[in-house]
Parts: sequence; structure tokens; C-alpha cells
Amino acid sequence: MDLTLFMYLIPSLIMFGCGVYGFITRKNMIAIMISLELMLNSVDINFVVFNRYLFPGQMDGMFFSLFAIAIAAAETALALAIIINVFRIAKNVDINQITKLKF
Amino acid sequence: MESLGNIILYFIVAIAIIAFSVLTVTTRRILRSATYLLFVLFATAIIYFQMDYQFLGAVQIAVYAGGILVLFVFAIMLTQKPGQEADVLATHRRWIGLSASVAGVALCGYALFSYAGFAKRVITGGVDVDMVQIGRFLLSTDKWGYLLPFEAISVLLLACIIGGVVIARRR
Repeated sequence: MDLTLFMYLIPSLIMFGCGVYGFITRKNMIAIMISLELMLNSVDINFVVFNRYLFPGQMDGMFFSLFAIAIAAAETALALAIIINVFRIAKNVDINQITKLKF
Repeated sequence: MESLGNIILYFIVAIAIIAFSVLTVTTRRILRSATYLLFVLFATAIIYFQMDYQFLGAVQIAVYAGGILVLFVFAIMLTQKPGQEADVLATHRRWIGLSASVAGVALCGYALFSYAGFAKRVITGGVDVDMVQIGRFLLSTDKWGYLLPFEAISVLLLACIIGGVVIARRR
């Protein structure tokens, strides 16, 4: 039995589907960010696996994943800062109850 | 032909990824959701190690599991009461989410099954990605160099630091 490219794409695909489901159904802002991380992570897996299987001599997919991880870290830090600031003002992080952009 | 240990490791990782991703989006306690996300990120790091990209796996564990998860846990602790559960989902909302994700997964899965001939490939030969090579690539301006994205990332991180300070400052 061989480990084909296909066998790595399936878990990644399911992870992305879970991310989409959580992104649509969750109401808590932090839970939405967690779903977003799932989606970003599955894309990283795809980059790395495609790189390793189709172009083993090059490292482009690996560097894409590396930069994607760095950008995801920066984006998460900023988003959580915004969420905590919103919580400080509105005492809530539920997207149904935060309807005003400016208080 | 892969070694038996590699195949067993693959199945453990694949099942862990699928199970914990589903649990991450279905559990109603958000701190548990963050914990399941941590397991998913560790399983992803194991995939990177399996692909012989040791540096990427280390970065995944250090930045994602070590940095982002701690941020998430801090934000959850600051905004939620302990043991607080999310409300039960409205049925129509759950159906919208389920149909969107299942449709997307089915479309991509169909495309993978029917069109992708490359999906049957197996790993050819071992690659040797050492730190010296990664550093040369990151700081070179040649055809395959990554100096410009590297500098752009550093400016982005600076902007992120300034933005974080400005947003979180008390007025």
C-alpha cells in the first residue's frame, strides 16, 4: 500500500469543510476566528503536500506555507485585539447583538 | 512501498484531523473548541514532519500551537464566563451551514476523484531541506529567492505591532 497524494488531500478537504460550517453557523466572534484558522490550516497542508509530491526539487509550496503561517499569526493577533476592544465597549462578543459600528 | 510505521502514522493522523476538526466546530463550549483546534494543529505538524519538512513542522508547532492558541485561550478567558455554553443552533442556520460545506466538499471531492490524474502519485525520493538551504533561499534575490516577501512580512509584522498597540490602548 502506498501513501498517495490523494490520501493527504482528503483530510485537508474535510478540514476545510468543517471550517466553512463553523464560519457560517457560529455566533461567537472567537469561534468564528477558530473556524478561520481551520480553513487556513487546510490550505497550508495542500501547499506543502502538492510541493512535496509534484515538485520535490523545489521549495515554493513550503515557503508559501511559511509566509501563510506568519500572516495568519499577525492577522489573528490583530483580530483578537479588535474583539477584546469590542468586548470592552459592548460587553459582548455575539455577532447578533453587535449591530452598531460606532457607539 | 511505504514502511508499515509510516502507514499506521498516516491513518492515526488522518483520523485525528477529521475527528478533531468536526469536534472543533460542533462542540458548544468554546474553550474545548480551542483545545480540539490545538490537536488538529499538532496533527498537521506531524504531516509536515512526514513530508520531511522539519523546519516547517517546528514553525507550525511554535507559531500556531504555541503562539496563536495561547492568544485564543487568553481572549476566551477574557471574554467568556467559565463553563458558559453557546446556545443551541437554530435549525435553519445549521442547515445553511451544512449545505454550504457539504456542497463545497462534494464539488471538490468530485473534481479530485474524476479529473486529477496526479492524485495517484507517490513520494519520489527523499528531499533534504536543511536550515542552510532555507536561509539562502529566504535571503537571495535570484530567480527562486524570497527576499522581497521576507521583507514585506517584516514590514507587515511591524504594522501589526503598531496596530495592536493603537487598538488596545485605553482612550
